[in-house]
Amino acid sequence: MQREEPKSEPGSQAKSGVKAKGAKELAHALVYLGPSLILFLIFVFYPMVKTVYLSFYLTNPGGDPVVWKGIQAYLTLLGSSSFRNSVVVSFLFVLYTVPGTILASLLLAVLANVKLRGIGVYRTLYSLTIGVSVASAATIWMLLFSPADNGMLNYFLHLVGLPKIGWLVTTRSALPSLALMTVWMGVGFNFIVLMGGLQSLPEEIFESARIDGAGRWKQFRHITVPLLSPTLFFLLVVDTIAAFQSFGQFNILTLGGPDHSTNVIVYSIYREAFFNSRFGPASAQAVVLFVIILILTLLQFGVVERKVHYQ
Amino acid sequence: MKAGSRTHATKVVQYALLTLGALIIVFPILYAVGLSLMSGGEAAAYPPHIIPQHFQLKNFVTAVSEAPLGRFMLNSFIVSVIVTLAQLVTASLAAYAFAFMEFPFKKIIFLVFLSTMMIPGESTLIPNYLTIRSWHWINTYQGLTVPFMATAFGTFLLRQFFLTLPRDLFDAARIDGCGRFRFLWSIVLPMARPALGTLGVYAFINTWNQYLWPLLITNSTSMRTVQIGIGMLQFQDATTWNVVMAGVVIILLPSLLTLVLGQKQLVKGLTSGAVKG
Repeated sequence: MQREEPKSEPGSQAKSGVKAKGAKELAHALVYLGPSLILFLIFVFYPMVKTVYLSFYLTNPGGDPVVWKGIQAYLTLLGSSSFRNSVVVSFLFVLYTVPGTILASLLLAVLANVKLRGIGVYRTLYSLTIGVSVASAATIWMLLFSPADNGMLNYFLHLVGLPKIGWLVTTRSALPSLALMTVWMGVGFNFIVLMGGLQSLPEEIFESARIDGAGRWKQFRHITVPLLSPTLFFLLVVDTIAAFQSFGQFNILTLGGPDHSTNVIVYSIYREAFFNSRFGPASAQAVVLFVIILILTLLQFGVVERKVHYQ
Repeated sequence: MKAGSRTHATKVVQYALLTLGALIIVFPILYAVGLSLMSGGEAAAYPPHIIPQHFQLKNFVTAVSEAPLGRFMLNSFIVSVIVTLAQLVTASLAAYAFAFMEFPFKKIIFLVFLSTMMIPGESTLIPNYLTIRSWHWINTYQGLTVPFMATAFGTFLLRQFFLTLPRDLFDAARIDGCGRFRFLWSIVLPMARPALGTLGVYAFINTWNQYLWPLLITNSTSMRTVQIGIGMLQFQDATTWNVVMAGVVIILLPSLLTLVLGQKQLVKGLTSGAVKG
C-alpha cells in the first residue's frame, strides 16, 4: 500500500507533484472505467460517427463506402414522399401511444394506491406487461386482431352490437391498432414508475385537503398531478423516445403496410439497409431519426419541464 | 353504523374497479394460456372460447417438436445470463470509480457515460452490424452479447446507490490497508445487493426480450433466440393457433417468473431513479 501524498506542498515541486498525482489517479480510475469506456467506444461512439459518415456515401453491398455523394441522400429524403410519409406515421404513432399509455397507467396507479387486502396481487398484475416481449405480445395480438369471425376483439364488438373492424388490414385502422397493442405493452413499466411516485407523496397534504373539504377530483387535479409532475415528465420523455424506436410489432404484424400506412422510420431504415443493402441512404434516415429524437427531447426539457413542479 | 356500511360500499366499488382493470390488462395473457390448452377444433370454434372445455397439454409437446424451441430457449438463456453478468461487472467497476475515487476529468467522463443513453440503438445499428459481420461474429454468442456488455443506465443506477453508502467506510478501509479492489469486492458489493438485484432483473428481462439485434445477426436455426424463433411456429389456419400460443406461453414464462420473483427489487430500483428525477 502506497502512502498518499500530502495535498499541498510548497514551491514549484508541488505543481508537478499534483500533476503526477492527477495522472496516477486517472490511470487508477481508468482500470475501473476501461471496460465500459472501450465498449462504448466500439459500439456507441464509433458507430454513431460512422453512421453520419456513411450517410454521405453510396456503399457497395458489403457496406464499404464507394461513391461520395455529399448531402445528396438528405436532399433525396426531403423530396421523397415515401420518407415524408414515414416521418408523419412515426409522429402519429407517438401521438397515439404516449398520452394513452401515461393516462391508462395513471388511472391504474391511482386505483391501486389504496390500502386494501390483496392489493399487492393487483399491483403485480398491473406491472405484468413489463415482462412481455414484443415478439410474444405481437403474436398474441395478431390473434386478438384477427378479422375473421372468431377473432376475439371483433367478437367483443359483436357482443355489444358494434360492427366489425378490419384492425391490421385496413389503412385507416392499422396504425391505431398497433398503438393499442403498444399502449398495453407500455402500461407495466409506466405503472411501476407512477406507483413509486404516488407512494412518495406526503400523506399529510391530502389529509389537510380533506379537512378543507376538497373532493377526490380536486385533490387529484390540484395536489396529485402537480406533485407527480416530475414523474409524469420523466415518462413523457422516456415513452416518446421508446415509441420512436418501436420496431418488433411493425415487423411482425404489418411489415409497414397496408399501403405504407404503418411504415415508421425505423422500419423504413430496416428495409433500406437490410433488404436493399443501401446502407448510405439508410444511414441518412438513421441520422434524421436521431436528430428528430434529440430535438424533441430538448424541446420537452425546454418547454414542458417549466410546468413541472419540483419539490 | 352508517359510516361503516359506507366504507364497506366504497371497498366493494374499489375491488370491482381494481378487478376490472386487472381483467383488461391480463386478458391477452389469459387468452394465450387458454388457447394453449385447447384442441385445434376448439381454438377455431365460433363463438371463440376463452376457457378451454377439455384441458390438454399436447400442444406444448407439439410446439417444442415443431420448432426447436428447446434450442432457442437455451440460446436466449445463455445470452441473457452472459449479458447480465457482464453488465453487473462493468457497471459495478465504473460506478465504483465515479462514487469513491477522485480523478481528473471525472465530470466529463461521467457525461460521456450519460450521453450514450441519448443515442438510440437504431442510429448505430448499421455500423454495428457491419462491424460484427467483418469480425465474422454473425451467428455467434459473442455477436449476440458483447455489444451489450456495458450499460450507462446500470452504471448510473449503481453509482446513485454507492453514493448513499457512508464515505467513512472508504476511509476506514484505506487506513486498514484494504486495497481498492478488495474494498469494492468485500465491502461495497455485499452492501449493494439490492441495487445489483435491480440491475440484474432489468438486464435479464431486457436481453431475453431483445428482438431487432438477434434478428439481424443470426440466420441459422441453431443460433436463433426465442423471440425470433416464435415466428417459426407458423399460423397455417385457426386450428394451429393453440400450438403457436403454447410456444408463446413457453417463452413468456422465464421473463414473467423473473419479474414476479424480482419485482420488489425492480420496483424499488426503477422508482427511486425516476421519482428523484
